[in-house]
Amino acid sequence: MDFVNTLVQGVMLGGLYALFAAGLSLMFGVMRMVNLAHGDLAVAAAYLVVVLLGSSFLPLWLVILIALPLFALIGYATQRGLFSRSLKAGPLSTLLVTFGLSIIVQNGLLQAFSADTRTIDFGALNTGAFRLGPISVSYLGLLTLALAVAVIAGVQLFPSRTRTGRMMRAVSDDADTASLVGANSRHLYAIATAIAFGTVALAGIMSGARSSFDPSMGPAQLIFAFEAVVIGGLGSLGGTLAGGAVLGLTQAFAAQIDPSSTLLAGHLVFLAVLAFRPQGLIPQRAV
Amino acid sequence: MTLLEVQGLDVHHGQLHAVRDFSLAVDAGQTVAVIGANGAGKSTLMRAIAGSHSPTRGSITINGADVTRMPAHQRMRAGICLVPEGRRLFKSLTVEENLDTGAYRAAAGPWNVDAVMELFPWMRERANQNSASLSGGQQQAVAIGRALIGNPKILLIDELSLGLAPAVVKQMYALLPDIVASGTAVLVVEQDVSQALAAADTVHCLLEGRDVLSGKPADLSRARIEQAYFGLTSASGQTVGKGH
Amino acid sequence: MTTLEHLPFHAAVVRSGKAPKATGGLLAAAVVILAALPYVAFTGATSAMVTFFVLLIMASMWNLLAGFGGMVSVGQQAYVGVGAYTVLAFANLGMHPFLALPLAALTCAVFAIPTSWLAFRLRGDYFAVGTWVIAEVYRLVIIRFDSLGGANGKSLPGLSGMDPVLRGALTYWAALAIAALTVTGCYLLMRGRTGLALTAVRDDETAARANGVGVTWSKRLVYLVSAAGCGAAGGILIIDSLSVQPNAIFSVQWSAYMIFIVILGGIGYLEGPLLGAIVFFVLQQLLAGYGSWYLIILGLIGVAGAVWLPHGLWGTITRTTGLQLFPVGYLLRTEPVTGKTAGKTTSPKRRIGSST
Repeated sequence: MDFVNTLVQGVMLGGLYALFAAGLSLMFGVMRMVNLAHGDLAVAAAYLVVVLLGSSFLPLWLVILIALPLFALIGYATQRGLFSRSLKAGPLSTLLVTFGLSIIVQNGLLQAFSADTRTIDFGALNTGAFRLGPISVSYLGLLTLALAVAVIAGVQLFPSRTRTGRMMRAVSDDADTASLVGANSRHLYAIATAIAFGTVALAGIMSGARSSFDPSMGPAQLIFAFEAVVIGGLGSLGGTLAGGAVLGLTQAFAAQIDPSSTLLAGHLVFLAVLAFRPQGLIPQRAV
Repeated sequence: MTLLEVQGLDVHHGQLHAVRDFSLAVDAGQTVAVIGANGAGKSTLMRAIAGSHSPTRGSITINGADVTRMPAHQRMRAGICLVPEGRRLFKSLTVEENLDTGAYRAAAGPWNVDAVMELFPWMRERANQNSASLSGGQQQAVAIGRALIGNPKILLIDELSLGLAPAVVKQMYALLPDIVASGTAVLVVEQDVSQALAAADTVHCLLEGRDVLSGKPADLSRARIEQAYFGLTSASGQTVGKGH
Repeated sequence: MTTLEHLPFHAAVVRSGKAPKATGGLLAAAVVILAALPYVAFTGATSAMVTFFVLLIMASMWNLLAGFGGMVSVGQQAYVGVGAYTVLAFANLGMHPFLALPLAALTCAVFAIPTSWLAFRLRGDYFAVGTWVIAEVYRLVIIRFDSLGGANGKSLPGLSGMDPVLRGALTYWAALAIAALTVTGCYLLMRGRTGLALTAVRDDETAARANGVGVTWSKRLVYLVSAAGCGAAGGILIIDSLSVQPNAIFSVQWSAYMIFIVILGGIGYLEGPLLGAIVFFVLQQLLAGYGSWYLIILGLIGVAGAVWLPHGLWGTITRTTGLQLFPVGYLLRTEPVTGKTAGKTTSPKRRIGSST
């Protein structure tokens, strides 16, 4: 029964990774950029929730409802003010800007909150679980998985089902021509970044409720998100969900066998995919 | 009434002075053609009018309102829409989605996705096909449709005939009267002189960025146009438009 | 119409000759003076200079990789770590740590072969994150060896009996020698066929491939050289600190430093890392007491530099003055045909194939 239990835990962990990866995948799909500060933003969102919960009497759901749009807004402003400039200067510049941002956010958090670990208090949800026969399913893990599926479905459908989403694809194809039909590429890119920042904030909050975090965790979150994207197949959001599941399952089973090999096993699966199936598990151009 | 007015326009392309002191006026309901050989500066001129390329000097007005410094994505609202050289359809979008991008910032008017599909019935069957799978002529039709759906006051078409079979070129030019009849003026850039002369009310001939000859097609002799087009020396010993 | 035969001037493609000779003399003199430093300065000064040389080596290697090879890596700390652990491993076997330095470079080059095979499957930004993952894998594998100290690290045997002053001086000389070798090596590499090939690849990979440039081979060569250089730097680090801690030696911070120095100095210019390392070194000395503020400020300068000073300090200098210490491009030297007086170079020179 341990096997089934690990399977369930692995899939739920994979849901969290997929949630992290959705924004990364969207930004790469639309702007061909990887935001190296992605993981640090997630950690920052978790801290924001901790601070808001600690310093006010606001209920948790309201705090989250404040945090997500706030991060989306920060994303919009960061794209318009910073990334749009670096994108004009070239891909190298963008990479460096996001790397610099990662260092700034990470050390800013360290300065503000010290290296102590924190957790987000979700009340009963933190530890609550129900039993399904012999296996125990945590409410939080299930909620995270449901959110991941919803977010990925949303991020998948938005570019194909809405006019703004279609314009986003048009701008991504050919910004110059898109401007001829009235598309302001800076605005549309900023919307994509806003969505990415909002979803990664959600991922950071869910992760912060699941396990403790500290300011140095950002790069690890980025790497897990990245591995989920590559294992699943670049540009394929459905693949990202599968990639997250593969990564989560690998880590869960490796932890069963030897807890110290958890991270290494995940990385090795990633390298194996890179070596033997570089197009990913579900290759497809979605965004 | 003058719809589009370009006055004393200078456009640089890096070090190259691509358009020199160029002026032109298009009235509502008119079709105006700019002809010239490869590299004469026609595309640069069109891109400057559409806002993709910033001019160094001169002014562009639409219905009297100055749009010279307006960014490209706002000019759609001002009533200018360009069909770019080489069609430039969005390759990850289907035919219908490509047309729909035209509606993103469209003005009110007779054109919409349905009206364009009425004009080109084959588009209905291929609505969900990827635009890259179309032939050159079909792509040109989608590009024109995409621009029309914005209901521009003036439609700019860069190289309508480029890369198309002669029969298809004929079909494309046969469309122009319909477009003009719907209330949209047309400014077309061409290398194919005879098509342009047949379709246009006024013709400008561009040579090395200068307007070397302009007028109504009926008033211009074949020989003068050829001289202007190729920059040949005329019988009187004068070089037409060869200026440095 | 002007045709090529009727150009109003003679044109010849030449390599500018004087600047490298002058630079070579200047640098040789600098190396000699620096080599004499342990005889005149305190150990503290030479120890700080070791840090400077390590930064210069790493930055030159990253510049070679990203600025010339177009491969933006965030995972060069893999080789810093492997280099340090190679020295440790050979010292464990009884070898003198200083003698293990060349082996550290060699080991990294060997490790870089299978690594490049994996990493080269990724392009652009994905390459960057991919190399980061690979560096993590190296760290996670190495901490599984108890003989190398596991997750806690280990101190370096074999040097404890040596006189600290002599050890300091030897470390300093070794760092200086490797730094000089690195800078000269980059120059020679970029001046030769590989440099030309890489410039072509960086400008347009498809066109370069079509013209018969050995794209993958050139990139792999640069990747191996860069790994070897970082490995030697890692070796210096463990000899300098006499111990190694896996999380510190495999820290992504090394990549941050490399990137920061190269961007600040000027990416794609051989002079860039040198100037950048000097500025970074000064900043580090000034801000070292400010804890994480120091890194925040570095991050801010890096972001600002990447956006507003894309050519870095050296790029800005060379674009305004035309000054070059290590010209790897070519000059089109033109001379006007003025009857019999042809021979004076009065007309403007235009650089082609230059590094930008």
